[in-house]
Amino acid sequence: MTDQVLPEKVETTDVDSAIAYLKDKFPSAVSDDTRDGYSGVIVDKNKLVDVARAIRDELGYNYLSSATAVDYHTLGEPDSDMEMVYHAYPITGGGALVFKAQTPRDNPEIPSLVNVWPGADFQEREAYDLMGIRFPGHPNLKRILMWEGFLGHPLRKDWKEAYYEEDHKPFSSRWPSGNVWRAEEKNAYGKNVRYPDDFDLSRLNDVSEESLYEGLGLGVDVQAIEGTMHTDRLVVNMGPHHPSTHGVFRMVITLDGETIDTLEPVMGYLHRNHEKIGERNTYLHNMPFTDRLDYLSSMGNNLGYALAVEQLMALGPRWNPPSYRAEVIRVLMAELTRIVNHLWSIGFLLNDLGAFFTPMLYANNEREKILDFFEGVAGSRLMCNYVRFGGVFQDIPERIHSVQNMVNDRVRDFDSMKFLTELVSERLPRFLDEYEYYLSENEIIKARCINVGVLPPDEAVGYSAAGPLLRGSGIPYDVRRADPYSIYPELDFDIPVGERGDIYDRYTVRIREMRESLRILRQLLPRLEATKGESVAGTNAHTPRVPVGESYGRVENPKGELGFYVVSAGDAKGTQNPWRYHVRAPSFINLTPLGRMSHKQKVADVVTVLGSIDIVLGETDR
Amino acid sequence: MYGKGIMRGLSVTLKHFFQTYVDDLRYGWRKYSPKEDNFEMRQGMAAQGAFTVQYPDEKLAVPERFRFVPFLVVNEDDHPEAPGKDWCTSCGICAKVCPPQCIWIVRSEDPNTGRPIPEPEAFFIDIDICMNCGFCAEFCPFDAIKMDHDYELASYDRTTSHIHDKDHLSKPTSYWNRIAPTRAAEEAEARGGWEHIDVIKERKKAEKAAAKAAKK
Repeated sequence: MTDQVLPEKVETTDVDSAIAYLKDKFPSAVSDDTRDGYSGVIVDKNKLVDVARAIRDELGYNYLSSATAVDYHTLGEPDSDMEMVYHAYPITGGGALVFKAQTPRDNPEIPSLVNVWPGADFQEREAYDLMGIRFPGHPNLKRILMWEGFLGHPLRKDWKEAYYEEDHKPFSSRWPSGNVWRAEEKNAYGKNVRYPDDFDLSRLNDVSEESLYEGLGLGVDVQAIEGTMHTDRLVVNMGPHHPSTHGVFRMVITLDGETIDTLEPVMGYLHRNHEKIGERNTYLHNMPFTDRLDYLSSMGNNLGYALAVEQLMALGPRWNPPSYRAEVIRVLMAELTRIVNHLWSIGFLLNDLGAFFTPMLYANNEREKILDFFEGVAGSRLMCNYVRFGGVFQDIPERIHSVQNMVNDRVRDFDSMKFLTELVSERLPRFLDEYEYYLSENEIIKARCINVGVLPPDEAVGYSAAGPLLRGSGIPYDVRRADPYSIYPELDFDIPVGERGDIYDRYTVRIREMRESLRILRQLLPRLEATKGESVAGTNAHTPRVPVGESYGRVENPKGELGFYVVSAGDAKGTQNPWRYHVRAPSFINLTPLGRMSHKQKVADVVTVLGSIDIVLGETDR
Repeated sequence: MYGKGIMRGLSVTLKHFFQTYVDDLRYGWRKYSPKEDNFEMRQGMAAQGAFTVQYPDEKLAVPERFRFVPFLVVNEDDHPEAPGKDWCTSCGICAKVCPPQCIWIVRSEDPNTGRPIPEPEAFFIDIDICMNCGFCAEFCPFDAIKMDHDYELASYDRTTSHIHDKDHLSKPTSYWNRIAPTRAAEEAEARGGWEHIDVIKERKKAEKAAAKAAKK
């Protein structure tokens, strides 16, 4: 589309001159981050809001991709050993301006950036919840993933979980004298929960849940509100056990009649402290764990994590970048994943609209074919665990074939390249044509989707929305183009965008993205043929040496920008574990504008708005 | 015309409805026969209609690389020299690369000298914790631990039967050669024979020594 609406155009400057500008404008507050392997600037926290405004308005870095906290306990200076790290990008494309604010660990406090970037809302709440940093100026600073009455801040380095065994894997109890025991035998259930001293357990049974409903305006005298009809304000809890929330997700909705007044997402029911697990793991251990984030697009998660660690490994000696064939296979898998994910999300969007399971199953029929391919190549349909640092697990096999054994009584056998060619050049395009014929002009879909859940473009950028949600609002921002990785620069594809920013636009963006993915896949097939026989193996070390530094690897996952912020403390002889491992989860951050999009909509539309964001709770709650 | 989109949608649904029966007519009688090409047709690119696999009576074939809870490779029971010997040398690499740390190994020690013997005394895998990632098989330098194809491991009591010990885990080399012939052949070629890599090394050493002795 040609008439794309962009927020007010600001001339963006490249990162170096942007930093020079900041240092010039705020000489006492901004200084270079001079630590080994680090980039960007350190900003005095008292000036943070002013500097952030300048970064957004004067320098044009108006998209806050990620905001996260790091605890440098025992590693940093005592008066500044906690740190917030922000990654801002120009929405027109280009590299990141990284800025950090430091605060002492015993009294951590950093001013909130919610007024500059509303997208910082959930991310700051997460940092408060898991790290205990307070954000003065935040309108609703309370726990987001953990529950009220939880003791401590679990991502802090000195916090230990139930069933804690050792700081780092591999655990010494496993070998050479690994006499097996179960964790729960040594720490029985019932003794693994701790509460704060002043916490009253009966608060958990508080049916009114006053603390949760605070700030929702429930005490308002409705009779006094001006208007033609006086309706009572009603609180409705949708979820956590509601089929349309795509998992265990809860929305607290206040209704004025049947119109939604406020909506507050409540999450964390599937929280497992993925990031803490990641910091106990070695770098390689984390690879299969990333599968479990957005379990519908595990290949994309693998790729994002591999990119982040590879950035760090590239700083060290003896680093071999992935071969060309490995890159081709990575992109092949990433694009197939995009199709898998969009088929699923459109199917479920239709489910949410009431077209119960027929469109879903038609889409699944095709999805199965791609999963068959994943299974044949990676060994698993969903939890692929396929990408390795500097390569991939194994090359695509000549034939995807099964052999008769005692479990499987049937045999199947086909040529993998022929299978793939037929899939991307005939089967999937034919299916997409039919699917669009089937759905796109349907009057019910149009009536339910057009002009519902509108997110204007400038707000989409402000809320740090990503993926089809952002592009549906007319912003042509795609990491594959804006900050290219792998072999995307040499591939020919378009970035589909919407016009109105409503649910229907998100639907069409997804359909058209699948067509673009097919276009990319068709370009990859000759490249696969040409590079046949090239090695695709990654580094063969199971505990690769990762130099000191920080890195932020991001990929355009089907659901939006997936980023991994990894800090390596790089102990040459000791443990080889990431010091900090943070996931910028698109499913999580895309929920920030949910309340805004649902305002003044009907209850039934909330389900569709949520469906159009396309969340996976494994990634939202982490 | 209002309602046109709905009519179009219904026509697609109707088409799918009939296609299922077209496929059934084409392959239908073979669906109930044990003929082996049935699944290939119904699961391949040519399949059109919906198709239900009658699990557990019917099972989809899993490809060679399919991975589920690992097993240990041991020699055949009728092996001429070392029947039933473990390929595992208890080096502990699988326990180190295991992301959820579900592998427990007790290394054997010589009772007299106290020095380690390259054979595990005990080997446990907690299948409740195993995440089927396949790292143990990927990084094992002795091809001694492999991912299985047997995915039906559910049982009624997890506390008594979900920690698999060495007896439970051990499967003969012929099993691995059968479920993954391509991979097994590649590995054998890399090792230089179908035997355990240490056996091949020993044999090569002996041959070299014999050749040297013959020269003299």
